[in-house]
Amino acid sequence: MSTTHYLVLSAILFSLGVLGVLVRRNAIIVFMCVEMMLNASNLAFVAFAQQNGNLNGQTIAFFVMVVAAAEVVVGLAIIMTIYRTRRSASVDEPNLLKY
Amino acid sequence: MNSLLAAGTSPEFALPSIEYRLISPILLVLGMAVISVLVEAFVPRAHRRVVQLVLTFSTLIVALILVVMLAGQRAVTAAGSLAVDGPALFMQGTLLVLALMAALLVAERGVDPAGDAFAARANALPGSIDEREFTKRGWLTTEVWCLFLFSVGGMMLFVTGTDLLILFVALEIMSLPLYLLAGIARRRRLLSQEAAMKYFLLGAFSSGFFLYGSALLYGFAGTVDLGGIADAITANAGQNGLLIAGTALIAVGLFFKVAAVPFHQWAPDVYQGSPTAITAFMASCVKVAAFGAMLRIMYVALGGVRWDWRPMFWVIAILTMFVGSIIALTQTDVKRMLAYSSVAHAGFLLIAVVATNEEGLAGAMFYLLAYGVATIGGFGVITLVRDSTGEATHLSSWAGLGKRSPWVAGAFAVFLLSFAGIPLTAGFIGKFAVFEAGVAGGAGWLVVAAVLASAIAVFFYGRVIVILLFSVPAADGPTVVVPSSFTAFAIAAGLSLTVVLGIIPQPFLDLAEKASIFVR
Repeated sequence: MSTTHYLVLSAILFSLGVLGVLVRRNAIIVFMCVEMMLNASNLAFVAFAQQNGNLNGQTIAFFVMVVAAAEVVVGLAIIMTIYRTRRSASVDEPNLLKY
Repeated sequence: MNSLLAAGTSPEFALPSIEYRLISPILLVLGMAVISVLVEAFVPRAHRRVVQLVLTFSTLIVALILVVMLAGQRAVTAAGSLAVDGPALFMQGTLLVLALMAALLVAERGVDPAGDAFAARANALPGSIDEREFTKRGWLTTEVWCLFLFSVGGMMLFVTGTDLLILFVALEIMSLPLYLLAGIARRRRLLSQEAAMKYFLLGAFSSGFFLYGSALLYGFAGTVDLGGIADAITANAGQNGLLIAGTALIAVGLFFKVAAVPFHQWAPDVYQGSPTAITAFMASCVKVAAFGAMLRIMYVALGGVRWDWRPMFWVIAILTMFVGSIIALTQTDVKRMLAYSSVAHAGFLLIAVVATNEEGLAGAMFYLLAYGVATIGGFGVITLVRDSTGEATHLSSWAGLGKRSPWVAGAFAVFLLSFAGIPLTAGFIGKFAVFEAGVAGGAGWLVVAAVLASAIAVFFYGRVIVILLFSVPAADGPTVVVPSSFTAFAIAAGLSLTVVLGIIPQPFLDLAEKASIFVR
């Protein structure tokens, strides 16, 4: 398989992630979609590393995984606090902040 | 990253050369942030606040001294991933000054009878018995200081990184602590938590765009080094899908961070919901850091394709200036109003990015300093105007404030005049420098639009000043609390810097001009 296949797959995953963030209403699902965007980038980095013949892309993927893990910690902490307060993880329900 | 791995067939690690002296300010701030976590773990609760305060302020001051001592250095270090050059050092200095002022606001505990601005325990349910118990015991969330230092360290890294991976990691080090800080206000905790969730989800969404854009640029250039990308652009002249798509996605990620229209929706909500001291920190320092990185990426890596990205920046800049200024007119909450004003300022700053010349860089650096000091001062004033439920942020309750507390109202008026860009304030010089650079950079019509948007902005800042100084005070209006010396010093510093930068700007402009060359 050529790298193009991997790139197409990564583009599809990234688009699905973006779409999910825009249409889904549960904070956990929205967050999973964000993680999918990061992983789509990882796939693209690794595929490009193969195509460019250097290892930078693969190293970057490791860094991104660590950053994504840190993001999970912070994100789940925030979502859990909201859930404990409101008994809901919907992104629509907290709507006190508006004009 | 480049030389971190021996390229090609032999994947052996070469020891990267790191000049520790050049990156000592960043290392100091991040190292002290780690020590600050240990303080949380080992120092008894009663002493933590004092220890954290001493640690934070001494770290920021020593880092600022180190940055000043490094002035004039031009080098790429840490295996080609950090560029310690004029813009990096100037913006690190700006960030440290602003962070010191914001830290003074965060340290304040004299204005709220219950303690400082943060929840006694972030994990206690709002309104629960636990919460009341923790508050009664006088517990404080001293963890804010670790988060604060990590965030400052990330910002300093963000303006220094010259490698898309470092920039991504720095972006996250800067943002993750801020998401948490936004959510731990003592008062109006539901608003604060809502702000944290919105900020987190949209911030993570935008870093996803930034990362995918980096992946595409890596695919195009075979390197994530900004200089390497510029070389690849010179080598492959002509249009390239990966290059254009990568540029657009990276720009979108950065537009989110600087709150440019149409990626600004999070800003008013987050600015309103967060503890005001944190809003001050976020509004000033994140803007500096994000514009620092944006200028570096657009000038160093993508300067060769500026004819491709300039039209996009034109449209975004015009939209941002007008939408920010016009919507600010309709706001009834002071914090939301300042949020839209900061959106409008992002639009003016984008002119400096479009200019892609040295004057643009120098102008943007001066503008960011001027905007930052006025922003922290402005939010500092907001923390003082209070009623029984906490801060009174509704504009109607600010009516006639000048009759009761002329000093506080006068200080706020000066900050608004600086935002509006009235002569003799720092904001005027900043706007003038950026507009001049825009004309020199061939963006004359954009500057015409910016002048029109400024006129609208002057109208709305003027309206607030009139409400503040000349209307009749409400009978049951808020009181202006007398703060401890922390907030008083922060507002005084903001006020004096705003006036000094407005009256004798030349030394600072010269400094910015001397610092306005990126190394690669």
